[in-house]
Amino acid sequence: MAFYELANPHRFMTLARWLVPVCAAAAVALLAIGLVLGFRAPADYQQGETVRIMYIHVPAAWLGLGIYTLMAIAALGTLVWRHPLADVAAKAAAPIGAGFTLICLLTGALWGRPMWGAYWVWDARLTSMLVLFLLYLGILALWRAIEEPGQAGRAVAILTLVGLINVPIVKFSVDWWNTLHQPASVFRIDGPTIHPAILTPLLVMALGFAALFLALHLAAMRNEILRRRVRTLRLLAAAEAC
Amino acid sequence: MELGQHAGFIVAAYVAALVVLVLLALWVIVDHRLQRQAIAKLEAQGITRRSARATEDAR
Repeated sequence: MAFYELANPHRFMTLARWLVPVCAAAAVALLAIGLVLGFRAPADYQQGETVRIMYIHVPAAWLGLGIYTLMAIAALGTLVWRHPLADVAAKAAAPIGAGFTLICLLTGALWGRPMWGAYWVWDARLTSMLVLFLLYLGILALWRAIEEPGQAGRAVAILTLVGLINVPIVKFSVDWWNTLHQPASVFRIDGPTIHPAILTPLLVMALGFAALFLALHLAAMRNEILRRRVRTLRLLAAAEAC
Repeated sequence: MELGQHAGFIVAAYVAALVVLVLLALWVIVDHRLQRQAIAKLEAQGITRRSARATEDAR
């Protein structure tokens, strides 16, 4: 099926009907395997047992950034190609992205207290991640502030594209500034610096989180299409009443 | 399994992640039911989309 064919909401709804349970089942299976592998993996020589927090903190951070990037691509879809499902995809992704970014911030704080001696420091990585969370909240607020979905979609698309500048700042903050947060240890030109015993559960958990995101996102997109259908029906009812 | 002296932080991190994920799943499920109910209520009042009406008229 060509990508543009998915522009038809009816076709998307049919596809989502079987794809949501498949992704949800894959997420449950992958997360279960990841948790078993993660809690059976040896403790880290520096972090000790707290390394287990990384199995949720790191995938949540990747998804927080990845979902925002996806929203920026959807924003281009809204502004440039006017794809009918682009702003639906962006709107449905925002609360989920905010959720994963919140998980990243909370779990990071709970790791930081025993490891750094502080729940929070105004370090470039932590601060830029907080900015990402605030961007998500701003986008959610803007969606609610404008009633007409098309108009809201265009305004949010512009804000999303402006906020995209924060994504490389988050990613490279550990290289550009002297931070307490450690530099990248998985996505590096010279390969991961993590031992396979810890890297494997981390990657399985990341796949599980990604499958969970897909399930939630497709379901939320389906809800948004239904919400727009309700709005259309209410407008029709109002027009008939006049 | 022994989680050492920082067990409280590890458990709290997993609980926090679980709470956020459960809230996201509940939001999706409850929202789906609300939209379906709203559509059913409108259709019960005889309000349907033009495309649905056109199909009925063609019959």
